[in-house]
Amino acid sequence: MSKIKNKFLELKSKKQKALIAYVVAGYPNENGTLSAIRGLVKGGADIIELGLPFSDPLADGPVIQNASYIALQKGINLSKFLSLVKKIRKETDLPLVLMTYTNLLYKQGYDKFISLARKAGINGFILPDMAIEEAGEYLKAIRKNKADSIFLISPNTSPKRIKKIVSVSSGFLYLVSVFGTTGKKEKIQQYTIDAIKNTKKLVDGKIPIGVGFGISNPKQAKFFIKKGADAIIIGSAFLRLIEKLPQKDIETKIAQFTRSLKAVTISQ
Amino acid sequence: MKIKYPKAGKFGEFGGRYIPETLVPAVEELEEAYLKFKNDKDFKNELDYYLREYAGRPTPLYFAKNLTEKIGGAKIYLKREDLLHGGAHKINNTLGQALLAKKMKKKRIIAETGAGQHGVATAMACAALGLPSEIYMGYKDTQRQKLNVFRMNLLGSSVHPVMEGTQTLKNAINEAIRDWITNVKTTYYLLGSAVGPHPYPVMVRDFQSVIGNEIKSQMKEIEKKIPDAVIACVGGGSNAIGTFYPLLDEDTEMFGIEAGGEGIETDHHSATLNAGSKGVLHGMLTYLLQDREGQILDTHSIAAGLDYPGVGPEHSYLKDNKRVKYDSVSDQNAIDAFLTLAKYEGIIPALESSHAVAYAIKIARKFSKSNSIVITLSGRGDKDVEVVENYLNQNVKNKK
Ligand SMILES: Cc1ncc(COP(=O)(O)O)c(C=O)c1O
Repeated sequence: MSKIKNKFLELKSKKQKALIAYVVAGYPNENGTLSAIRGLVKGGADIIELGLPFSDPLADGPVIQNASYIALQKGINLSKFLSLVKKIRKETDLPLVLMTYTNLLYKQGYDKFISLARKAGINGFILPDMAIEEAGEYLKAIRKNKADSIFLISPNTSPKRIKKIVSVSSGFLYLVSVFGTTGKKEKIQQYTIDAIKNTKKLVDGKIPIGVGFGISNPKQAKFFIKKGADAIIIGSAFLRLIEKLPQKDIETKIAQFTRSLKAVTISQ
Repeated sequence: MKIKYPKAGKFGEFGGRYIPETLVPAVEELEEAYLKFKNDKDFKNELDYYLREYAGRPTPLYFAKNLTEKIGGAKIYLKREDLLHGGAHKINNTLGQALLAKKMKKKRIIAETGAGQHGVATAMACAALGLPSEIYMGYKDTQRQKLNVFRMNLLGSSVHPVMEGTQTLKNAINEAIRDWITNVKTTYYLLGSAVGPHPYPVMVRDFQSVIGNEIKSQMKEIEKKIPDAVIACVGGGSNAIGTFYPLLDEDTEMFGIEAGGEGIETDHHSATLNAGSKGVLHGMLTYLLQDREGQILDTHSIAAGLDYPGVGPEHSYLKDNKRVKYDSVSDQNAIDAFLTLAKYEGIIPALESSHAVAYAIKIARKFSKSNSIVITLSGRGDKDVEVVENYLNQNVKNKK
């Protein structure tokens, strides 16, 4: 069974929700990423999402744009990314999800890219610019390599379309909580609450629902869990924290912040 | 060869819709509206009215007698898009899309711009139709093209400098897409070339096809036949596809000319179809300038309007099935053509269009005197005189 699916089952039996943490590979540098991952693991994150930077990240807000830009400037590339994943795999058994843009897979060939990433230890893939209509070759490669394809839905996705998306999704379904790019800070909107409610009804337990984009603190995380999220996805908030830290403090501070977030996913 | 309306948005394998999920309802709404209005009589009449009375269509097809004599080959005609309001073909597209946005009851228009030509044309169309517009422009471009920023402001647009990455056109498109994701319900994204997710490439082509349609009927009138060859410059590819599309089924040779910059063997050029490889950017599968891993490369051209690492998907299709020959012209040759046309015909062409002129100068002699070649003169060069002056001064210095 897939590592991601297993993780959700395990959490369910413990009456917990999932904390999914995103960091950009190679930001602030390779060792910094490793320290951050150690912090995430220590702090109790359930799934780790690793961003492989793309030159034109059009679904990302300023924080991830900047982190991607710096990581690329410092020379992150596919082979360095894969060796980083291998290092991480030696330290943790948590599910690892790769988030990047379609072109980096297309350029290598979907099958080659996905099989390389799988061998290094990646379990699932998120491509924010991959629409299901274009996903034929991608999904073939996903199945062949026994990986999970995590698709995104948005508050304006129609019920009919959500069903179609669910039918090709595995691992979890990524519900984008806001109209906007990653890291958008906004007070909680009614439409987000409605979207969680409606999606839950439509999905009917077939796949866990992760809510992300713009969640930055335990209070918001707690709120969305109360409204029905199976997982909380946090990215920009971690990167904002890393931005301010000297290398030596990354691990402990990230662990601390992770603990505060993980706490709200454990039902009292 | 002629794909009237691309099924599932595809020109062969190219095009499609590689977009964040939030934009799916928006492009579906756009496609629905476009299909509804493109054959609507009132819409067509209204657009024709603005193209005629506001933009100045039809544009002349001018026989460039002096240039023809100087070169000594085919007769050279100039399709004078440079005479349009705003000084470029861009207004054909912005009037069409702004009118569509109005029919869709959109309250806010956003657009990207590189050099500022599409931004200015958007600001004009929006002012004429009473729509508020905001323009994204790379910070570097705002500095290089200060006058166009001021022009857009005069026309009632606000210009947002984009600080991301290389701070040029591709970043401006990224940022416009991000704005669109954020304000998807209220906002219309008025894309400036035949690029982006379906239906933009086909819609922009259709709005620009007025160029090729006029060439066809004007040539029939003047020469009693269709042109033997047409030549247009290719940035995103809108003036070129507008020139080519109506003639695709005819026996006309076609040349799309990209920016060769300092040479396509260097990494300072924007010759996407000549030197690129297939990939996915800005919602479409098409040829791109990218590295081995798929990171998009920085591009260069003396003509800011050609300075883009992608190209419209229909051009990728026409390249692969060899209907159109895509070639490139260097900065230096474009400058030479700019000077030649100014001197011999009294017409200062945009540096973008100068690439097409340079290519015509190169190949006209291979044709016989009974042949006719049409160059689409996509814009006028007033915006470029300073760039050309600096380039010439620099060369004088280098020679010393
Ligand atoms: C005068 C002129 N010609 C050509 C272009 C290139 O665009 P396209 O390839 O879409 O025609 C531009 C773009 O700004 C332009 O201003």
